[in-house]
This record gives sequence, C-alpha cells and structure tokens, in this order.
Amino acid sequence: MLQIRNLHTAIEGKPILKGISLDVNAGEVHAIMGPNGSGKSTLANVLAGREGYEVTGGEVLFKGTDLLALAPEERAREGIFLAFQYPVEIPGVSNVYFLKAALNAARKHRGLPEVDAMDFLALVRGKMQMMEMKDEMLYRSVNEGFSGGEKKRNEILQMAVLEPTLAILDETDSGLDIDALKVVANGVNTLRGPERAMIMVTHYQRLLDYIVPDFVHVLSQGRIVKSGGPGLALELESRGYGWIEGEARGAACAQTGA
Amino acid sequence: MQSEALDRIVGDFRSVAPQLPGGGHRWVERARREALDGFASRGFPTVRDEDWKYTNVASIQRRALPPAIAAGAISAERVRALAFPDVPCHRLVFVDGRFDPTFSATGPLPAGVCIRSLSEVIATGAERLEPLLAGVPENGFAALNLAFMTDGVVIELDRNAVVERPIHLLYIATLPERSIYYRNFILADENAQATVVEHYVGPAASTYLTNAVTTIVGGASSHVEHYKLQQESAKAFHVAGIHASQARASRFTSYSIALGGAIARNDITSRLGAEGAECTLNGLYMVGGRQIVDHHTRIDHAKPRGTSREFYRGVLDGTARGVFNGKVIVHPDAQKTDAEQSNHNLLLSKAAEVDTKPQLEIFADDVRCTHGATVGQLDESMIFYLRSRGIEPEVARALLIYAFAHDIVGRIGLVPLKRRVERHLISVLPEGERIKELL
Repeated sequence: MLQIRNLHTAIEGKPILKGISLDVNAGEVHAIMGPNGSGKSTLANVLAGREGYEVTGGEVLFKGTDLLALAPEERAREGIFLAFQYPVEIPGVSNVYFLKAALNAARKHRGLPEVDAMDFLALVRGKMQMMEMKDEMLYRSVNEGFSGGEKKRNEILQMAVLEPTLAILDETDSGLDIDALKVVANGVNTLRGPERAMIMVTHYQRLLDYIVPDFVHVLSQGRIVKSGGPGLALELESRGYGWIEGEARGAACAQTGA
Repeated sequence: MQSEALDRIVGDFRSVAPQLPGGGHRWVERARREALDGFASRGFPTVRDEDWKYTNVASIQRRALPPAIAAGAISAERVRALAFPDVPCHRLVFVDGRFDPTFSATGPLPAGVCIRSLSEVIATGAERLEPLLAGVPENGFAALNLAFMTDGVVIELDRNAVVERPIHLLYIATLPERSIYYRNFILADENAQATVVEHYVGPAASTYLTNAVTTIVGGASSHVEHYKLQQESAKAFHVAGIHASQARASRFTSYSIALGGAIARNDITSRLGAEGAECTLNGLYMVGGRQIVDHHTRIDHAKPRGTSREFYRGVLDGTARGVFNGKVIVHPDAQKTDAEQSNHNLLLSKAAEVDTKPQLEIFADDVRCTHGATVGQLDESMIFYLRSRGIEPEVARALLIYAFAHDIVGRIGLVPLKRRVERHLISVLPEGERIKELL
C-alpha cells in the first residue's frame, strides 16, 4: 500500500530524514519509535503533505501512485489520515459541519453520493459513543476549548468517520491519562482491519501495550536504525534508546571500515 | 482649496435654505444658520485632527457635493428586494434625503408609539427636538448635518410602550453627485422597547455623500436595539453619527455592519448617565478594493454600576484600510463599572491595513475594564488542518473568513437581518457558495 524509498527531507536546508525506506501493507500496523528529534513527526507530516518540508530525495508511492505529487486534500481523499499531535482549534467552525464537509469531500472523490443530515448524525453519534464523547461536542467549534484528551478523542472520531486506508497517528498517546488512552486505543483497534494500514509514531512504549503493532521501527537521526516485532518496543522500554544509537554508530563505523 | 469648497457649501445653503423643513420656526432656522457658521469657520476635519488622523476626507471636501433637492425615482421591485421577506415590519422609506410615503408602511402601532418623518415633525415646530438640536457640533460633518438636514425618522415611545415589530428604515440613494442629510431620533421613555434597523443603499459605482446622524434617548429601563446595515455604493461616501444617552438601568445595543462606501466613517457614542445602564456595541466591517472604513466609538461611564461590552471585527482585502478607535471613559463617579472591549482584524492581502486603538481613560478606582486588539492573517495551521481532512484550500479559506466574521454576525438577534448579512458574506467570499452547505 505504501512504499517509502530512500526518503530525504530538509527543513530550511537542514536535513531531517536521511534515507528512510519502509513498506507498509494493507492490514499492517507499524510503530515508528525514536527519541526526540529523530524525525518521527517529520515523517508523519511529510506523508500528510504539510508545507515547509522539502523533499530532497527519494520517493513515496501510495497505492502505486506518487504520493508526494498530491496536495494534502488530495491525499486525504485518497485515504490518508493524519491524527495530529497537536490538533488545531478552529473557532467558529462547528465540529459537526467540519466532519460532514470532510466526509462528503471523500465520498464525492470516490463517486459516492453525499450523506444526508440524518444519516450523517446517526453515523457520527454511533462513533462518538465508542469514543465516549458527549453529544454537545458535535456542536462546539472544532477543538476549541477541548482538553488535551478531548482533542485526541476528536482526532480518532474523525478517523472513525472518514475510514481512511492509511492512518498515521502522530504521538496520539501524548497528554493522555490512562483512561483516555484506553478509550483512544479501543477506537483505533476497532478500526484495524485487513483493508487498512496504520503507522503509529510514538516516543513511548505505553501506547503499544494497548495497540499491539505488527512491526516496530526505531528512528534515530533521520534513519531507521532497527526494525523488529513488538518485542523490540519492550526492549526499548527497558533499555532506552541509547543502546540502539550506539549499535547504529557501530554499524556505520564498520561500514566505513569495510 | 478648503475655502473654495466652503464658499460653495455656504452658497448652496443660501439657495436651498428656504426649502428646508422647519422653515418659519425660528429655533430651527437659527440652529441651521449657527451650524453653518460653525462649519464655515471650522471646515472639514483634516488628518491633523486627532480623531481623523487615519481617515483623509480631502476627497469629500474637494467634491463639495451639492445637496439633493429632489428625490429620484425608485421602483416597487427595488423596495421589495430590500424589505425583509416574511417578517412584518414598520417600514419607512427615504429616497435621496426625503421621506417617501408611497413605499412606506407602518402597520398598526401600539398605544403610545408614534413614528413619523422628521420633515413632518419639524414642520409643526417640534419643541421636543429643540434641546436635542441645541449647540453647534464640533465635528464639521455633524455641523453640516444640522444645517442641511432634510429628513429622517422620529420615533417616540411613551412609557411602557413596546414595539414588537422591527422598525425598518430604508435609505435609498439614487442621484449621483449629491449630498444627502438624514437626522433621526429614537426617543424611548421609561420601560419602552423597540428594534430599529437603519439600512443604507445606493446604486453601484455612483458617487454621493450620505451624512446621517441618529440621536437615541433611552429612558429608565428602556431597551433600544439599533442596527445599522451600511451597503452604500463602493464609490460613495458615508459619514454618520449614532449618539445615545442612557438613563437608569436602560439597555442600548448597537450593531454597525459596514460593507460599502469608498470612505465610511461612523462615530458611535453612548453616555451611561445613570446607575446600572448597559451598553453593547457590536461591529463588523468587511471591505476590499480601496475602501476605507473607520469606526470611532466612545462610551462614557458617568454613573456607578454600568456595564459596557464592545465587540468589533474587521475583514480587509485589497488595499482597503480599516480604523477602529474605541474610547471608554470611566468618570470619577462611575464605581463598579464593568467594561470590556475587543477588536479583531483579519487581513486578507499584504496591502490591506488596519489601525486599531483601544483608549481607556479611567478615573474611578473600583472598576473592571479590559480590552484586546489583534491584527492578523489567516492561520496557515488551520488551513492545513482543514486540507488534511480533504477540504480544498479555497473552501478552507472561505470557511475560516466566514467563521471569523460570524463571531459578530452570530450576535445579531434580528433573524432576517442576520440571514441577510450571512448571505452577503457568502456572496463576497470566493468559493462562498460552496461553504453554504456547511453552515
């Protein structure tokens, strides 16, 4: 579904990602872990199309097409969803209209008729129940005055309504207490399925106790330095990131030596 | 330059004075003459006047447009298009400075309510208006207004009189190259209530001057809700004053929606002259091209326990300029005053400009006064957030502008007016039609 080939990016001339390659297939959940500044969030944002990141090399194919050539809204309609680390507050635009606009944009793109108001409300209310969100949040402005946990729930609600093919969760666990984390994880798990892939960017193992990934990749200084199964995350939890970075440096030296 | 324009205006006054309403009543004639003399000695305001620093009216002065001496023709369709559909109103139509009885219709009025044209009232002497027109205004435009006033509305509400239906005042300009002078009075006795809409329109691309002054007297516990929708031609000049004085526990709510005009200036003031009065001033200006829109507001808290709220927002495109000057004066007597003011501006182009200035002068110590002013562009992170959910950038921008302006529009209590302003917003926003389904 997603093929990242030797991706290099820079912000204001400063290299951030230095050759990322990653294959994500339908049905898979990949966790990208790494210390602060390793480039995790950059990867998530580049995939979603945020401006300000310069792609200096490599390519990204999504369902066989050049993802990087698409505008953010085109990516969204093709089925990419980014759950923001810091969801944006939009005063004056109500959550319900925002969700409806987003859903109808995607449906229109797929040649489906727009949903009518009644069906839409029934759909959203069902998903809100799953996310343990109060009905009144529908009519509040998007994320305005929401607590950190409410914002993250709202992200997963949007994801549940939009049913993306590829969901990218950027530090979705940050700022959540354990109860909210369980609700969010439950929402994400409900969306797991053979047709859908997920990339979870996270600093901590904690989220992975609740959303068990198929693969774990460790990012350090703009490169994937280690990949493995869920066990790798547990090892990181007990040993920290230091040993992997040490190992990676060792490998780099060995390459230079050879 | 200035003197040439003044000579012309003085000459115009001499020739039209005999036809102006109130002729034969000495106090009216004297008030007009003194106002003209005051204007002739002071002239038009210039950018050297602190209150006119950002708004240069030299182009109005240079034209010295002669007063309209007769009304042009309007059609029933035009009036119908401007009237609020499905909402019974008391409607008064004014054309080029004159009351037009043909298209006006005041429905059955409750007891103690009198709605008449100024020309009719003043022809009978109207002693009640004399103190309200006493003194020569400092402001040159206000002095000209007093000298040349031709018509307007006089709304008199006796004690406990409540006018349920909105009073819709339609001011239609038809003639180019003319000055039009309106003088309105809303006089509400104790416990009276009314909702009044002043709606100004003119033909597109026509240059004319509307000079309007409205005096509002709010008796004890009265409630006056005043709306002004200014949709003059983009080449017209609109200079107006709305001045309220409020008695004990009265409420005055003002909305100034400024959309038209090459130069549009509004002076909106209220004096909370007795305890427990409440004043709310709302404003939205949304302009583009080379338009200039200037709001000067002033709230005088003269007595204790007054509350004032001020919510103003501006959206400016092209090379448009906006000015907001919000003066709040808390006099020594006015303890326990509670005053809030905000002015937020959205600039849609690099060349648009806003000068915003909160001006709080506080002479009492036990008060709560806050103010906030911002000037900014559309937030790119909001646009990206919307795009990341599949919404096109043009639609995202339109939605954000609409939401910004709607903070004020949403406060409009008079639903048909609110809908009209909403429709206007949608019609001027690029891709506006496409956000309609979202609202």
